[in-house]
Amino acid sequence: MTNLRSLYNFNGGVHPPQHKEVSAGRPIVKAPIPSRLTIPLHQHIGNVAKPIVQVGEKVLKGQMIAQAEGYVSASVHASTSGTVSAIEMLSVPHPSGLPDLCIVLESDGEDTWAERIPLNYREMDLSALRNRLRDAGVVGLGGAVFPSFIKLNPGPQQKIQTLIINGAECEPWITCDDMLMRERADEIVQGIEIMRYLMRPEEILIGIEDNKPEAIAAMQAACSNLHFQIDVIPVPTIYPGGGAKQLIKVLTNKEPPSGGRSTDIGVQCFNVATAYSIHRAINHGEPVISRIVTVTGNVTLPQNFEMLIGTPVNELVALTGTPKADTNRYIMGGPMMGFDLPSDRVPAIKATNCIIAASPRLFPQPPAPMQCIRCTRCAQACPVDLQPQELYWFARAKNLGKAQEYFLFDCIECGCCSYVCPSNIPLVQYYRFAKSEIWAREKEKQASDLARERHEFRQLRIDREKQERAEKLAKKAAAAKAAPTPAVEGTANPSGIDSDAAAKKAAIQAAIERSKAKKAGIAPKNVDNLPPDKLKEIQNIEARREKIRELAQKEIE
Amino acid sequence: MNSPYIKETTSVSIIMLKVLLALVPAIGLYVMYFGPAILVSIMLAIATALVCESMMLKFRSYAVKPFLLDGSATVTAVLLALSMPPLAPWWLIVIATAFAIIVAKHLYGGLGNNLFNPAMVGYAVMIISFPVHMTQWPAPEMLASAHLTFTQELQYIFAGIMPDGLNLDAVSMATPLDTLKTQLKLEHTINEILQMPIFSWGSGKGTEIIALGYLAGGLILWQQRIITWHIPVAFLSGLFLTGSLFHIYDTDRYISPWFHLLSGGAMLGAFFIATDPITGATTPKGKLIFGAGIGFLTYVIRSMGGYPDGVAFAVLIMNICVPLIDAYTQPKVFGHKSVQPDAQEK
Repeated sequence: MTNLRSLYNFNGGVHPPQHKEVSAGRPIVKAPIPSRLTIPLHQHIGNVAKPIVQVGEKVLKGQMIAQAEGYVSASVHASTSGTVSAIEMLSVPHPSGLPDLCIVLESDGEDTWAERIPLNYREMDLSALRNRLRDAGVVGLGGAVFPSFIKLNPGPQQKIQTLIINGAECEPWITCDDMLMRERADEIVQGIEIMRYLMRPEEILIGIEDNKPEAIAAMQAACSNLHFQIDVIPVPTIYPGGGAKQLIKVLTNKEPPSGGRSTDIGVQCFNVATAYSIHRAINHGEPVISRIVTVTGNVTLPQNFEMLIGTPVNELVALTGTPKADTNRYIMGGPMMGFDLPSDRVPAIKATNCIIAASPRLFPQPPAPMQCIRCTRCAQACPVDLQPQELYWFARAKNLGKAQEYFLFDCIECGCCSYVCPSNIPLVQYYRFAKSEIWAREKEKQASDLARERHEFRQLRIDREKQERAEKLAKKAAAAKAAPTPAVEGTANPSGIDSDAAAKKAAIQAAIERSKAKKAGIAPKNVDNLPPDKLKEIQNIEARREKIRELAQKEIE
Repeated sequence: MNSPYIKETTSVSIIMLKVLLALVPAIGLYVMYFGPAILVSIMLAIATALVCESMMLKFRSYAVKPFLLDGSATVTAVLLALSMPPLAPWWLIVIATAFAIIVAKHLYGGLGNNLFNPAMVGYAVMIISFPVHMTQWPAPEMLASAHLTFTQELQYIFAGIMPDGLNLDAVSMATPLDTLKTQLKLEHTINEILQMPIFSWGSGKGTEIIALGYLAGGLILWQQRIITWHIPVAFLSGLFLTGSLFHIYDTDRYISPWFHLLSGGAMLGAFFIATDPITGATTPKGKLIFGAGIGFLTYVIRSMGGYPDGVAFAVLIMNICVPLIDAYTQPKVFGHKSVQPDAQEK
């Protein structure tokens, strides 16, 4: 159902060539089960899931193989049935190119499901329902992969007025959401119903860019016979109109606060594919083990596939025919915000919405950067109203404080500035660099703060001990000084000295007695079988010692 | 290679080329009304600029070819030539251009780093140093008592030789703004002054037509999204509003604001010179302040200052203010309530 609704604008944005038709022409196809799947345990924002299977263990399709660890985390599941052959650090699709912990699964080809328990969510406690979503590994499939159950828990204070379902898909080339909406609109809507049950929003809006008329029609049809209202709203096609904040602005004219969350303004936003996976998780008991991925670019037959999580990228690409000869690398995501995959052997994961085979012809190297002429095309294109030319200046001069003052951290790295720059300056790279530099310095500062605190505490302790010792010594000295004073004033108590000296003498005497007794008690055993001359010698020595003792005794007395 | 992997194809060279093309209508009208000498000035300026630019690039160890091809030196040269009297001797153009490129541009760090508009620096230095040469403008075709052929023009520009029996006054005259200024000093009223043959319906004969040529070119630049509307509109409004106030105050002593818009460097300045992105304000609000400031100062210098036209000095004065203007006119960032960078929550 569409009603007349006024739309709003965000400033900036660009209109890159779409290239969407090349992959949107054919229906979604189920990708075959690969013989080996590599399933990374960190496919979501937050803590790495903890593996709960052993190498050699047999697992079933949909069986949890790694458990969410901590609050911000999500579980990971076996995408098909088979045997765990390794749990190790492997190359994963991430801009850093660093390896991450993965579970390698050898498929048995049976694709046997573990038990799937559909839930009647309408009778369920909300937190139990959310836990179910966490255990089903539901994360935002728009690319941010934030655990969905957290977003579905706005907290007791915050009321969600508007639930927005994001079908804008503004990046060029990508059509996975478009095709999902065209083919599975009803199931998306069922997922939205579950979200509605969890959040009780006042209104539900589905924003779809107006370059997807089939998807709009399909979603409108799916929303037409519901017992509640969902508005399907075509939004203008402009990049990055599918950014959550930009879509919220266009649909509601509200700006999610910088550094805050959209729930602060009563709005929550989910991708259509996330709604679909929520439906599968609750109504069918199926965790997130597959997703739709667009394979496009420099391939013979670009298409969308429903692929199992962990399928190697090269096997997905092979489904579109032999890759063209000049393919030089693979990009995950769109051409505006995507990144180079470290190799075509890395697995596709929950965040993989698109694989673009790239070639120098398709994405030519831009000419060498020239000087910034402050033409402010970047500022005009910036969807968050930054002054990229100033940020560039500060980032280049490593004036990081100034860069932060000019709101560096509000940059969403959409790449519009780089896209329009007539001097071919890779602006967004400078901001990524400046941000990482600031994080690194922050970390360094924290470490040095900690070290300084420790050092200061140690210094404090040493000083205190020194002082304590000094005090002790001073006390002793005072006591020593104080001791003879009564002797001078001895007239007051003469007997005091006598009794003191007598006690000392008695104590010494007692010690000597004890030592004598001890000696008498323990006869040295090594003198038992000695020749008589030796014995005599010993007796002489003993006699001498006795004499000395006596002398000493006299001395004391 | 990193994202974004795709790029719009606009380059600095294309922007500069479009600026040059947008100047074509005005240059054509210039030739029609004042003769082809202006083309000689332009060529001379371009040649000087390219030589100086390559020299400086070489000195500063830059790759000469790509930076020479960015077209910025050519644009500076053409704008400077259009600001200078077209019958100016060759050395005047050469010195002005060389000063603009070498000192105002490269010694301040080259393209993108210069604080002052190079063309206007060149112009200002010349008008201060050679005021006589800088005020000898050719009379419009219909007013000149004698005409020079193109060969005679070349002879004069390069060798300073006038044909026998002809002196410079026969082919040159004061500009409309200069005439206005002088006549006002002689206690004539505006109405009396406007009866003089040099004036026409808008401002000077021919001058106003060329001004319309610049306006047309400026509109093309705006349509092509090379410039935004802010600076030209603010400049012309600033000039017009200040002019209106004075005109309303005393119509006998202060000429109509329309005259100001269509004379001197107003249109050229508004669309082609003040819009120089490197030396101008960059924020939308800053552009408005920057433009309005130039318009106001242009009027003040024209009416009360020592020079007939004030665009060059107004632009240079406002160039000084740009960092301050930019710092205080930062737009509100998406998701923020406050505007000023300093006022952000920490």
